[in-house]
Amino acid sequence: MGKNKETLRGAEIFVRALIDEGVKHLFGYPGGAVLHIYDELYKQEVLEHILVRHEQGATHAADGYARATGKPGVVLVTSGPGATNTITGIATAYMDSIPLVVFTGQVPTSMIGNDAFQEVDAIGITRPCVKHNFLVKDVRDLAPTIKKAFYVATSGRPGPVVVDIPKDVTADSCEYEYPKSVELRSYKPVIKGHPGQIKRAAGLILAARKPMIYTGGGVILSDASAELIEFTRYLGYPITNTLMGLGAYPGTDTQFIGMLGMHGTYEANMAMHHCDVLIAIGARFDDRVTGDLEKFCPYAKIVQIDIDPSSIAKNVPVDIPIVGDVKHVLKDLNTQLKEHKAKPDTEALKDWWSQIQEWQKVDCLKYDRKSKIIKPQYVIEKLYELTKGDAYVTSDVGQHQMWAAQFYKFDQPRRWINSGGLGTMGFGLPAAMGVKLAFPDSVVACVTGEASLVMCIQELSTCKQYGLPVKIINLNNRYMGMVRQWQEFFYAGRYSHSYMEALPDFVKLAESFGHVGMYIDKTADVEGALKDALAMKDKLVLMDFITDQTENVYPMIASGKGQHEMHLAPDRELA
Amino acid sequence: MRHILSLLLENEAGALSRVAGLFSARGFNIESLTVAPTEDPTISRMTLVTEGSDEIIEQITKHLNKLVDVIKVIDLSESRHIERELLLIKIATKDGMREEIKRLVDIFRGRIIDVSDSTYTVEMTGDGEKIDAFIATLDKKLILEVVRSGVSGISRGEKAI
Repeated sequence: MGKNKETLRGAEIFVRALIDEGVKHLFGYPGGAVLHIYDELYKQEVLEHILVRHEQGATHAADGYARATGKPGVVLVTSGPGATNTITGIATAYMDSIPLVVFTGQVPTSMIGNDAFQEVDAIGITRPCVKHNFLVKDVRDLAPTIKKAFYVATSGRPGPVVVDIPKDVTADSCEYEYPKSVELRSYKPVIKGHPGQIKRAAGLILAARKPMIYTGGGVILSDASAELIEFTRYLGYPITNTLMGLGAYPGTDTQFIGMLGMHGTYEANMAMHHCDVLIAIGARFDDRVTGDLEKFCPYAKIVQIDIDPSSIAKNVPVDIPIVGDVKHVLKDLNTQLKEHKAKPDTEALKDWWSQIQEWQKVDCLKYDRKSKIIKPQYVIEKLYELTKGDAYVTSDVGQHQMWAAQFYKFDQPRRWINSGGLGTMGFGLPAAMGVKLAFPDSVVACVTGEASLVMCIQELSTCKQYGLPVKIINLNNRYMGMVRQWQEFFYAGRYSHSYMEALPDFVKLAESFGHVGMYIDKTADVEGALKDALAMKDKLVLMDFITDQTENVYPMIASGKGQHEMHLAPDRELA
Repeated sequence: MRHILSLLLENEAGALSRVAGLFSARGFNIESLTVAPTEDPTISRMTLVTEGSDEIIEQITKHLNKLVDVIKVIDLSESRHIERELLLIKIATKDGMREEIKRLVDIFRGRIIDVSDSTYTVEMTGDGEKIDAFIATLDKKLILEVVRSGVSGISRGEKAI
């Protein structure tokens, strides 16, 4: 019994623990089971609570916040529907390994299992989409559990953690002490890579004649951009990033040959296919990256660096696996490379680069720049130019997401915020809200489509309440564009339920929430509109760009095809 | 190939469902699963029998290790080990079959642990094959009830988990 320990109620412990954990922002929505906690929030001014309009918005906002800052996003919701509404956001964070701590209220312990009002088995329902979850049954466990939750969420391969807190636990009292550290005998992530494996990898990497560096979200999560840049520049090898990895290596650098995968660049996919050594760093060989696994990288020896052993050799056999935190492993690998007697094979590299330049000449991202009807790619290019590549860009899911990834060149990590794994429509606006809260002085643009945007449109109200002037780039083609594209390609143009017959007037919609709306339907007006919107620094501007309905995302690897079997636009097939 | 995985995990509500959920979510097979606390009441020991190629077993092991509640995972079938299963079986003993069944139980080194006018209840331990063999020797019509515990396993020699 320390003499400084105070006896506090659970609700007070909750608030104190978050403050002691260093939490600044909390995204949430009150309800019966969390009223004791909300009462404590009312009495203090350290934690800023952001009242969202739907619990899904809270999780996406916290997720955007986490992706942009690297700090865990924190959510507080009530029991029952409060908890179930967070599921999509939790699953989104889980698929992309984003650290979230989600607190759900629960009915009092004595009523658990009785089908009480607003009761749901939050632990059971979230289990498949969390890194871990906890039910706190005793107020004495509350502070230590909160400490564990933050530790598990942020260490190793990060991910969402749910803490379910019954109402009586927030009313009970005990002595409060926030643990300084936490030790879990069953959870010990490997941080340092195995030195022998790193040495072997260095040898293989330096022996490559047609090398390829393929990096994913793990580089960003581990804050290893500097190490990756050092690694890539020392070797002089070509590099591609996954959708989740964009910005980890500067998008404007000459060694960067674009994103890879289904809608990646022709040159990146061809270089993947023909490489003799593939260095995979913090990337998980997702099906949207590999195409048909039977045809994947047929000539390559593969080195894979990942903190999660279960990600290694999950889809593709690996020659040299290295388990460890990307930042630590790359540091050690960089040292090994420089001490190694072999040097990168500059002669072989010259040939390899000239081959890559041939592929680059295909100009796979070409589109009709003279079109009077607004081309969505043009809007992204202009956004890139006007923000000098320095904006935070969030997106929803679909064609606009791919165009943003292809045409906005990210030179820094944590600037490109999108739902890569789960592919959650409705993510973009609340995520932008979370980013803007963390970086109020930066431009935060949400690139979206009319179908995605309305999925969490209610958060315009939150943006108004907290003064979060994000810029919404609505690429409005009146279709669920990616669904329409697949229906055109694979279902003989039967556009089943992908057309939005009744859309709102987005200008009036924005205005009704107290924001600025703009309607732009001519290519000539795009640049001016973007300039005007960016100049209104303290206004949320929803720009409704009426874009070409028939535009498709190219190039493309159709399902069942290999990376070397890309389609360009219909009039410029290669094979 | 059949593998026997032995796990130590936190003896906490929900730990079992995390393991079971992992198998169903990722489409892995569970042939049998037994779990009970160890000499340390905060730790449970689980024996899990599964089947799959080496790649699948590697993924299963990695995913089990990734669960925050799991302390340790070993594949018993990789080295010398003992596996045992407990059988409780209720057998009808009408029509002068009592002697015959008693002899069979003795041959398989089982024990009759409960008797009624028309039934024997037998306990037997052994590996799965022995239990299968005993059940197969009985006339199906005589078997009233079968309870099998699923496999428990342990390494031979000095090796401990």
